[in-house]
Amino acid sequence: MNSDNTSATPAAPLIVLSSINKTYGQGQAAFHALRGINLAIDEGEFVAIMGPSGSGKSTAMNILGCLDTPSSGAYLFRNVHVEQLSRKQRALLRRHYLGFVFQGFNLLARTSAQENVELPLLYRGESAPARHTAARAALASVGLNGWEHHTPAELSGGQQQRVAIARAIVTQPTILLADEPTGNLDSKASHEIMELLTALNRDQGITILMVTHEPEMAQYARRIVHLVDGLVDSDIRNGGNS
Amino acid sequence: MLWNTLLLALREIRRNLMRSFLTILGIVIGVSAVITMVTLGNGATQMVSDQISSLGSNLLMMRPGKRLGPGRDSAGAPNFKIADADAIRVQINGVDAVAPTVGESVTVVFGAKNWSTSINGSTNDYFQTGNWKIGAGRVFSDTEERAGKSVCVIGETVRQKLFGNQNPLGNAIRIKQFSCEIIGLLASKGQGAMGMDQDDTVIMPLRTVQRRLTGNQDVSTLLISVKTGVSSAKVIEQINLLMRERRKISDKEEDDFNVLDTKEIAETLSGTIRVMTELLGAVAAVSLLVGGIGIMNIMLVSVTERTREIGIRLAIGALEREVLLQFLIEAVALSAFGGLVGIALATVASVGLAQLMQVPFLFNPGINLLSFLFSAVIGVVFGYFPAQRAARLDPIEALRHE
Repeated sequence: MNSDNTSATPAAPLIVLSSINKTYGQGQAAFHALRGINLAIDEGEFVAIMGPSGSGKSTAMNILGCLDTPSSGAYLFRNVHVEQLSRKQRALLRRHYLGFVFQGFNLLARTSAQENVELPLLYRGESAPARHTAARAALASVGLNGWEHHTPAELSGGQQQRVAIARAIVTQPTILLADEPTGNLDSKASHEIMELLTALNRDQGITILMVTHEPEMAQYARRIVHLVDGLVDSDIRNGGNS
Repeated sequence: MLWNTLLLALREIRRNLMRSFLTILGIVIGVSAVITMVTLGNGATQMVSDQISSLGSNLLMMRPGKRLGPGRDSAGAPNFKIADADAIRVQINGVDAVAPTVGESVTVVFGAKNWSTSINGSTNDYFQTGNWKIGAGRVFSDTEERAGKSVCVIGETVRQKLFGNQNPLGNAIRIKQFSCEIIGLLASKGQGAMGMDQDDTVIMPLRTVQRRLTGNQDVSTLLISVKTGVSSAKVIEQINLLMRERRKISDKEEDDFNVLDTKEIAETLSGTIRVMTELLGAVAAVSLLVGGIGIMNIMLVSVTERTREIGIRLAIGALEREVLLQFLIEAVALSAFGGLVGIALATVASVGLAQLMQVPFLFNPGINLLSFLFSAVIGVVFGYFPAQRAARLDPIEALRHE
């Protein structure tokens, strides 16, 4: 990623997917997870991707998160062709521009909240004091003041997901990718997490892409994309109910 | 970057203390076994060469009969005479002292105590060839030697057994049917080579022993001390020529006497011990290798167990290289730490065992350093494969791993 690409066309969408295909296996056994997806996402959007299981929403999320590459089609991230990047370049892209929140929290066990949040900064080569300050601030912004030294086992599901969100935003990413962020949480904690994401989107301008199968949670997003059988079925702008 | 990775690796080791300990156990045992074997071996080598050099400096021992080996036959070989000793002393260059010696096992008696020991009849040259120091009293006078007077110099063990706290000088001990005045006391040499007590001896003038104990003019052994800086091989060659002539051995016949070089014996024995040490060290090194395989095993388990963690790291933006380095450094840190613990253990074990086996403890920095480096290298070699496996994981698969 270089600055030329980011500043060349400010009006261009942050992300453009054009006829993205993803096929697993070959020949007769081939499974077409995505069959030509076209999607453009602007900076600052809060998009929910919905769909029944097998609709390809996880595959789409992996490709959007630069963890996977499409079988064909183009994925432009700030006008950079992600599908042409090497594994290392994609890792660097994730490191500098993306933040991840998973359904299963995916925190390092037996590691304090503070250390978990510092982890991405460690890979970015930040100094220890800088890591420390940034991690504390991120934890504070998700409402976990005073929980810095607790390990995941000592935290509730909602709190663990907050730590995960703090870890995702501590690097001040361009996009936050959330894969079923409320999937393992009860209804109260789910709403708290959604409100937190909404606030991050509203106040810090972080673009959020979220996969969910719960319509109730999708209502927090300002745009809902439905996938069916590997294709975009509907793309609805939503007022958002936050 | 490297520092951070090291930090990560150390944090990981600390998080799994018990497993880390079990992992390094193989390396600890391997390293300590290698170091202990080599240290004790070196100590034993040192001890043997010390003991043999205490027999005498540059000492040659000439005995009648063929050299040890098949077809050895000393029965027909005549003993030496005092004249042989004189001939060697006069005609051979590079010889410091020649002590014609004859030995006899006897019981010596003082008061109510008796002690079974060996008597060596010889000249004052005996003290020089045998590296003996006089602890108290004096050596033989010319008159005593020539006349075969009944005087003796006794060893420390004999003194202890017969006299206890009493001063032996001036007292007389009884040997068979004659009594013998003690004029000197040998300084103690301690335990000799192969458990032989060198201090258990009584020295008398050669003629006294010949006249009163053996009853003939024979000399059984010639102890020859070679001048320092002179090649003992050359001296042996000259002695062989001279003795063949004196004993009238024709060109076709073999020598009916043999010359032993104590330096040669020392070298042979030290060489044997060195080979044994190397062998034991090599066996111990195999256990070090097994320890390395143990590390690989645990690291592989660890990679499987931490697949999800690796997935998280990769998703967050860790590069393949960084994950590889983390696991590699973990393996190296583990094995190097194991090496350090092994060195500590080996030092304790070697000091203890050296005392038990009565060999000197010689700290060998070379083998310690080598073992440490080797254990670190084992970490690299056996840690690389698991680390590579971790780094090559697909983040999506890894995150899905339960």
